[in-house]
Parts: sequence; C-alpha cells; structure tokens
Amino acid sequence: MQGIIEYLVSLNLPLLTEGTARFLVLLVVASIVAVVAPASLIILTWLERKIIARIQDRIGPNRAGPFGLLQAVADMIKMFTKEDITPARADRIVYNIAPGLAVFSSVMSFAVIPFAPGFVGTRLNVGLLYIVAVGGLGTLAILMAGWSSNNKYSLLGAFRSVAMLLTYEIPMVMMLVIVAMAAGSMSLADIVDAQRSMWYAVSMPVVFLVFFFAGIAEVGRSPFDLIEAESEIIAGFHTEYSGIKFGMFMIGEYVHMFALSFFSAVLFFGGWHIPFMDVTALPAPWAAIIGLIVLLVKVFFFVFVMMWFRGTLPRFRIDQLLDFGWKFLVPLSLVLLIGVAFVVKLFSPGSSAGIPVPPGPLSGLGIAGEVVGLLVVNLAIAGLAMAVVSALARRSRNKVLRAISAVEPPAAVTAQSKP
Amino acid sequence: MPNFDPSQIPLVSIVFWVMTVFTLGGALGVVTSRNLFHAALYLILSFFGVTGYYVLLSAGFLAMVQLMVYAGAIAILILFAIMFSRRPMAHESQANQQWWLSLLLALALFVVLVVVVGAVNWPVSDAAPAADTVTQLGVALLGSYLIPFEVVAVLLSVAMIGAIFLAREKTEAEE
Repeated sequence: MQGIIEYLVSLNLPLLTEGTARFLVLLVVASIVAVVAPASLIILTWLERKIIARIQDRIGPNRAGPFGLLQAVADMIKMFTKEDITPARADRIVYNIAPGLAVFSSVMSFAVIPFAPGFVGTRLNVGLLYIVAVGGLGTLAILMAGWSSNNKYSLLGAFRSVAMLLTYEIPMVMMLVIVAMAAGSMSLADIVDAQRSMWYAVSMPVVFLVFFFAGIAEVGRSPFDLIEAESEIIAGFHTEYSGIKFGMFMIGEYVHMFALSFFSAVLFFGGWHIPFMDVTALPAPWAAIIGLIVLLVKVFFFVFVMMWFRGTLPRFRIDQLLDFGWKFLVPLSLVLLIGVAFVVKLFSPGSSAGIPVPPGPLSGLGIAGEVVGLLVVNLAIAGLAMAVVSALARRSRNKVLRAISAVEPPAAVTAQSKP
Repeated sequence: MPNFDPSQIPLVSIVFWVMTVFTLGGALGVVTSRNLFHAALYLILSFFGVTGYYVLLSAGFLAMVQLMVYAGAIAILILFAIMFSRRPMAHESQANQQWWLSLLLALALFVVLVVVVGAVNWPVSDAAPAADTVTQLGVALLGSYLIPFEVVAVLLSVAMIGAIFLAREKTEAEE
C-alpha cells in the first residue's frame, strides 16, 4: 500500500500530496471491502438454498443460469422492484434508519479482518473489543425495527433478540478474552501470527466450541433463530418490512454470518497459516494470494457448517435457549477463563509487549508444553462440565419421578369408599 | 484556487465539530423529545459523539469501551425503560412541577464548569501521544492502581449478587 501511495505522490499532480494520496487509497480499499461484503449475499444465499435442498433430498434452484447460479440475482431484482410498505402508525424515521444500521453494523466488522499476509484492513490494537462493540449495534438495529413497526409480533421478536444477545454476549466476550490472553494481544493480525506453530482450535477446542455456539446465537441463526421463529411470531422484528428494506436485513444477517466465519477462521484456525508450511515465507505476490485462498477455504467451511446446522437441527425453545446460555455456557466460560489463565501463566516465556514479567515455572517446556497444557485443561473442564450436567439432570429427573409415584390415583380411592 | 493546499484543511477540527454536533444535539434531543424511545436513541447518538472524541484523542481502548458499554448496554436500558414506564407509547412532555428547580441546578453547574475551565491553567505537553495505550492501561490497572481496581471489582460483584438475591424466585419452603 505504501508503494501505491508513493507512486501517486510521484505523479506530482495538483492536490495530490502524501495525505490526500493516503486518503484516496484508503477510500478505495474501504469501498471494495464495503461492497464485496454485502455482495457475498449472492453466493451465500445460493449456497444455502443448494445445501439445504440437498440435505432435504431436493435439487434446489436450477432454472436461472447454470446450476441456478442466477437465482440470487433474480431474487435481488424482485426485491428491488417490490412495493415499499410503511405501516400506518409506524415511527417513520426510526423505521427507515433500522435496516441501514443493520447492514452498517455487520459490514463495519470487516474493517479489522486480516485477509492475507500484508493485507490487513486496520491494524487496530483493540481489534477484539471493536468486534464486540460493532456487533452490539446490530442489536440496536433489531430493537429499533421491532419497536418502530408498531406490531406486537415485531416487538416480541425484538425483546427476544435482546434477551438472547445479552445472554450469549457474555460467553462470547469471555472466549475473546481467553484468545487475547493466549496471544498476548488484542490485534487480530497479531493473533494470527501467534498461531504460526499451532491453531488455537487444536490447543483449546472447548474454547472454540463455546465461541462458535455463542456466535451462532449472536447472529441469530438456526438452531438459535428464535428472533424470527415463523411458527410463533411470524417473522419477528422484520414482519412489517417489505422490498429492499427487508433485503437489507437479510444482507445484514448473511454478512454477519460471513463475518462470524471469518472470525472463527482468524481467531481459532490460524487465519492464513496451514500446518507443515509457512505461507508468509513465499515470494511477494504468492504469500498474499495463497494466504487469502487458505483463509477463504476455512471461512467457507464454517459457512457450510452453519448451513448444515440449519438443515438438520430443530429450533430451541426460548426457555431452553436462556437456560443453555445462563446455566451452562456462562459458568463453563468462567471456569475456562480461570483454567486457561493459569496454564498461560505457568508456561509464560517471560516479558511480553515490552513489560518485564518473570517467566512461568514451566516455561522451559516451550510452546509444545503450552499446547499440551491448554489441551489437558480444556478436556478436563469439558469432562467436568459434562459430569456436572448429567448429575444435575439425573437429580431433577428423579425428583419428578418421585413426585409422580407419591401421588395416589384419587379416583380409585373414592370409588371404594362409596357404599 | 492556485494556492490551495489540501494539507491545510483542518481535518481534526472538522471531525471535532461534527462530533460536537452529535454529542450536544443528541443531549438536547434526550431532554426535549416527547417520545421515550426517541429520547433513548438520542442518548445513544450523544454517546457516539463522545466515542468520536476518544478516537480523536488516540484513546482507542476507551473509545471501544465507550461504544461497547454505552451503545451496547443502552439498548438494554431502552428495553427496561419501555417496560417500566407507565405509558410507553404516550407523547407527553417530560417536565413536571419541579422543572424550574432542575433548570436552576443545571445552570448553576454550567456556570461552575465555565468558571473552572476558564480559571485553571491547563498543563500542555509536547510529548507524542502514547502508541500502545492498551498495554499502558493494563500495566497501570494491575500495577499502581491494583487496590482501587480490585475494590471496584468486589463492589460490582456485591451489587450483582445482591440483585440476583433480591430478584430470585422464592422456593416453596420460604413462602
């Protein structure tokens, strides 16, 4: 990027100083990301319909273009040409801002993603916090849409989404804290570099699973798609939206899902790193190209997993969903946080980020020791969690069984006492 | 414009004034809006403006925390405000009989702040802004300010446990 800026300055055009050249290059790159991210909707919806169709033993779209590839284009044209309806007593301004905010919040999260070696959006040293902060704006958009539609089903959908996001944001943030602890940085590019020798998904599988489930809930996809449960609350918060405004909510959801896949790949699956090969050591253009391909393969794997979930899993009930969040994921993530912090300190190689810290007692074992330690702690906590959950389930089931057996059938007693 | 030099555009000042419009306009909207929901949205706009100030001051960590805690948590606050208010859909004035008292207090506070800002000789440093504020904040919080940090943590835990204790369902034995 510095090369392009220097070239532009060397042209010696009027108005084209170092500052404006930098501004122009950043503007162009930002526009590309901001356009490509929503445009991914075209591929993602086609992929989703095809995959779900295959899971349900159907063929899926196959009329428009080869393999039905143009189906999404046709859908977009349909959406653009549909009538734009605003409910009679809707809160007009808020109603119209909400879809834009939904797209805005999900596209914004692409600003910090490291796409390939040397091709990083913004090297923000608070990248992880930025992800959480921008994600929160999506909730705001849902709440605004639900409230301003002046429809009780919309409002119910919005209330549900806030309860759900509040629940699942806690384990999600805790897992991000664990990643930051292990990598010693909150910048996404640094986290990718820290996984050069071993992916975090290998050394901390439980952390990854909690992150991924909480992430799916945060995106509001199946099996956590209660905010738009058709059988209960019509379409949830976007019941009243039509045409392109509905389309914008759809873009928001798909881009959010795409972003979650990127975060899973970058934070836990080593970004552009692959085992037994150093991608960054390749000659200049190839490092970036191969790195981007490797990352995209991982990203589309997670996209596929989420579609697979949608095709195979039934929807949670709202009480099950909140129970799963508060009574299982939150305690589990607290224990994980303590366990991982302990291991990281145990194997800490000493001073990090320029701060003098005494090395941990087991630092001699190096990175391999840390990986094994993290893995052992993760598996131990997972086993413990399963044991506790099954013991509690057995206890509550026995309680119900006792209650049933304690009740005598009253009909039989009265029948005998009668003369 | 032959002598126009784009590097002379006071970009930081422009951003500052835009943020000021957001912050003050949002705050004004909060107190004048007759709709509870709009008031809460104006509050979020105002917090966005403050986030912008933090970014201008190269305090990235504070900016993100401001956005996360306020813009994120305010959505929840809106929800509770709507659920607890008597007539959430009503469009009525926010003022009651004591409006003159609060106006007086607000004016007094404003006068005090203006006098203080004018009177104090604010120290100005030539040093470059800190590059890695996150590390420095972490070292400060877990180093020289460890005791206050832990006291705040304990206080928040106590508040949370207390709230859970008050709000929990009564068991059959207690009723």
